[in-house]
Amino acid sequence: MTQASLGESVVQKTIHATQAQNNGVAASATQTQPLWLLAEVTYRCPLHCAFCYNPTDYDKHTQNELTTEQWIQALRDARKLGAIQLGISGGEPLLRDDIEEIVVEAKKLGYYSNLITSGVGLTEKRIQAFKDGGLDHIQLSMHDITEEINNFITNTKTFELKKKVAAMIKGHGYPMVLNVVIHRYNIGHMKEILEMADALGAEYIELANTQYYGWSLVNRSQLMPTKEQVDEAERITNEFREKSGSKMKIFFVVPDYFSDRPKKCMNGWGEVFMIVTANGDVLPCHSARVLPNMQFPNVKDTDLGWSWKDSPAFNKYRGDSWMKEPCRTCSEKENDLGGCRCQSFLLTGDAEAADPVCSKSPHHHLIEQAILDSRNPAIAAQPIVFRNDKNSKKIIAGELNDRVDEFHALP
Amino acid sequence: MMDNQIQNEDIYTLAPHHRFQWEEAQSSYVILFPEGMVKLHGGAGEVIKRLDGKATVGDVVADLKATFPDAENIEKDIIGMYELALSKTWIRKV
Repeated sequence: MTQASLGESVVQKTIHATQAQNNGVAASATQTQPLWLLAEVTYRCPLHCAFCYNPTDYDKHTQNELTTEQWIQALRDARKLGAIQLGISGGEPLLRDDIEEIVVEAKKLGYYSNLITSGVGLTEKRIQAFKDGGLDHIQLSMHDITEEINNFITNTKTFELKKKVAAMIKGHGYPMVLNVVIHRYNIGHMKEILEMADALGAEYIELANTQYYGWSLVNRSQLMPTKEQVDEAERITNEFREKSGSKMKIFFVVPDYFSDRPKKCMNGWGEVFMIVTANGDVLPCHSARVLPNMQFPNVKDTDLGWSWKDSPAFNKYRGDSWMKEPCRTCSEKENDLGGCRCQSFLLTGDAEAADPVCSKSPHHHLIEQAILDSRNPAIAAQPIVFRNDKNSKKIIAGELNDRVDEFHALP
Repeated sequence: MMDNQIQNEDIYTLAPHHRFQWEEAQSSYVILFPEGMVKLHGGAGEVIKRLDGKATVGDVVADLKATFPDAENIEKDIIGMYELALSKTWIRKV
């Protein structure tokens, strides 16, 4: 699935409305609640998207997935902690045959539930069961208006299927929520993508510029558009908003590499967002497992309330007392909380360093170099490493080290 | 913008795909919708709670005035909440 969709804009949207706050103390002493629960129910996926944020070593986590009963228990426990928005994601969640049961339980518990899917595996029978079971909405990933780019970037022939699934979603009275990850190969089609979404009757479309984690970090030089392309895409989006008269809500997730301040990642570590992964790890963000010397709790052996409120991992980067310079004394630190800990570690080797996206970071040159590399024809011409089991096994075995050795952990 | 002027005889209801519910964990009403949620503070929740697709704006104002007789200038706040909810597309006119 797409990281940007839940990692940034959604969290920001929540926060504007809820004003969740934390003054740098443990959640047990604050009102902090995991309002958003993301259930990454499987890492198996029929698509092989080059921009996937999932861990590159996901192949280790495809044999030890939680059972239906364990998921249901996790849903109950998270609800008690205040979780209310539920994302059922992956991988491709529809590869599990118990999503129907999970949906029914989510409804019973009062969640607003969202199935985040590529559409592969969605049948009339299943969508009817989801509707009957009380699933609130379905977020469908779309890739491009052209069959060529859709099939290329996902490394599958799924273009026709996407259109069919979009019609199925609409036909069952669901709101049409589209997510399009933006990269070099589709950024030139922004107007056409927006027109397509409008023609499909989309209520919401998220234009999520690729963020570089997992597979997309490995493929960063191959995926990154130019600053000029991003500016043009934003201009077209704004123009469409103003002129089209469309009721479609458009979210444009700005790519952090081209801004001079970092994103307030997840709206703060352990603030409003909790992920339970396919194997039961409980994380404050999608890629937290890249961080060194961290022991993340697992629903198989610890209570979810303890994980959220009291576990050392969830308290480690709450608030700002962990900060180093230049963040510690920065007048803007409350705006972004020093950015993303995973990005800092992956790129600088120090999770507590300022996010190198920040122009005040002593490591900002790493971002500038990455932008230059993406414009270097020799580097950009390296083949894309598609997200699939074979490549995951290769990365685990160290066979693709030339593509990952500049990073301080396996993305 | 005549369309957005709240009239006494108008009837509003929650917009499609939006859900309104009491959240015990937060001791407040919330509106849930795809990709987001809004926590409603006291008075705002009381207004949305009354939008059943039948009550007119006038009915809602009268009901709230009766329920909260000590609240001053309540009508202005209620209309303000209608305007906000409409501009955010949380509600729609019946």
